[in-house]
Amino acid sequence: MPTILDFERPFVELENKIAELTSFSREKDLDLSGEIEHLEKRAEELKRSIFANLTPWQRVQLARHPDRPNTEEYVRMLFEDFIEFHGDRCYGEDPAVLGGIGRFNGTAVTVIGHRKGRDTRENVSRNFGMAHPEGFRKALRLMHQAEKFGRPVITFIDTPGAHCGVGAEERGQSCAIAQNLLGMSALRVPIIVVVIGEGGSGGALALGVGDRILMQEHAIFSVISPEGCASILWKDPSRAQEAAEALKLTAHDLLALGIVDEVIPEPLGGAHRDPKRAAALLRERMVQHLETLKRVAPEELVRSRCAKFRQIGLVSEEAGESG
Amino acid sequence: MWIKCPRCGEILYNKDIVKNLKVCRKCGYHFRLTAEERLAFTLDEGSFVEYDSRLVADNPLNFPGYPEKLAEARQTTGLSEAVVTGEGTILGYRVVIGVMDSRFIMASMGAAVGEKITRAAERACERRLPLVLFVASGGARMQEGMVALMQMAKTAAAVKHLDAAGLLYISVLTDPTTGGVSASFAMLGDIILAEPGALIGFTGPRVIEQTIKQKLPDGFQRAEFLQQHGMIDLVVPRARMREILGRIVMLHVGEGN
Ligand SMILES: [Zn+2]
Repeated sequence: MPTILDFERPFVELENKIAELTSFSREKDLDLSGEIEHLEKRAEELKRSIFANLTPWQRVQLARHPDRPNTEEYVRMLFEDFIEFHGDRCYGEDPAVLGGIGRFNGTAVTVIGHRKGRDTRENVSRNFGMAHPEGFRKALRLMHQAEKFGRPVITFIDTPGAHCGVGAEERGQSCAIAQNLLGMSALRVPIIVVVIGEGGSGGALALGVGDRILMQEHAIFSVISPEGCASILWKDPSRAQEAAEALKLTAHDLLALGIVDEVIPEPLGGAHRDPKRAAALLRERMVQHLETLKRVAPEELVRSRCAKFRQIGLVSEEAGESG
Repeated sequence: MWIKCPRCGEILYNKDIVKNLKVCRKCGYHFRLTAEERLAFTLDEGSFVEYDSRLVADNPLNFPGYPEKLAEARQTTGLSEAVVTGEGTILGYRVVIGVMDSRFIMASMGAAVGEKITRAAERACERRLPLVLFVASGGARMQEGMVALMQMAKTAAAVKHLDAAGLLYISVLTDPTTGGVSASFAMLGDIILAEPGALIGFTGPRVIEQTIKQKLPDGFQRAEFLQQHGMIDLVVPRARMREILGRIVMLHVGEGN
């Protein structure tokens, strides 16, 4: 059963009605094409107007939509000859992070991403895409491998955050994330980061330091979950909608803030309504950026990547009081 | 003025405890320090020259209530931001130093903190000096959203430049060091020291307890626990910190710096 969000309901109901009418007309051999066409137009208009006015909270819901295409599905749709590699060569294998090599538009690349599941069983086995230190260390190991062989790195971000628990702390969650930030900032091959769903804080950023940060239209990227923010700030997790607005976590907000480089459109109704089309839209932009980055010398790549992060949050001395 | 030790309950006379570097004489509890106290306890007297004292946060997201929160923090601490950076000497050795002050919005890292740390690292590069950062922080500053989160990447890259230049970076983790700050420059020192009993971790213990619905064992995420698990080089009591820092720097620069 597909999940239907509240604001999706009006047009989904219409679409269901259209489907019913279509099969009814076929069964009874009746010509209802005029009526069906009218309803289709209305559904399309409805969808358009709903999606033109999405609130940040509705985008949070879309970003977390259980039917939204996940890393594994995009890997299947976008890469050829993909082979998955396991383990951090240190402690273990973390199923919350997917890593491997494959071919993208003719180029051999390393692919890494947070791995959410399609259903509850899958999600439990992958810890809902929340990585342990070994997941981040596997990612860094594969990035260094990519560097050695001159392969560009493509990462997919889709996680509620880094795993929180005793083992993760004992094995150095902070240290693992910090090492990835440092390692990615100095990696001498192109890194393209694609935010496809939930970008949850440090656990997301641990795969997120790239030459390009591309973000799907309905993906989010945030320093803290809206629920977490509301409960800290107002001691009231039910004010998450308000927090979602204040946090400026949508793709367009983050483009305006200079955090992400490009917003990638999704099919009308969101990526989950047409995963193939969503993947095609992604591919087109990824190809263009990869071709540009492949021509940049490693030193220049690292220099401009660092310069890009260097200028985020440049503060002026004159702002505010003098001290 | 009398203070009660939060760990053993001993009533301590304020003047005595300052003389003892704000450590409880009875149980060794390390009270949190203000930036001013830390600088005084660490650097040679009169050697400190501050950098970027006028660099302050603005409100990049127009986050409701944030300007008021900043104003209040400035008022109560007398600081312009959660970190004080500058240059000074330890036992005669010149270093670039940064000290975070947890009274200032839990020393959370927004753009101004990230920028000051980054500039401190850049000045250490320019002047070829060691960098010493006393870290304390609740993490990235929520009110600055993704601008704050990205400071993690920015400061990590700044550490990478120090590293590439062959310069020494010592991070000293103090109570508390958690969240986004622990997961960036704090854990990237060539040498990582910590004060006894300091809480150090990615997720705070209360959140972990709520998540796993269990009580955490005593000492979990404390400095000694991190040393035991191989995450930091050495737990250093406050009384020895200045000497140890001086000795580490000395062993890196040789004599006659
Ligand atoms: Zn005591």
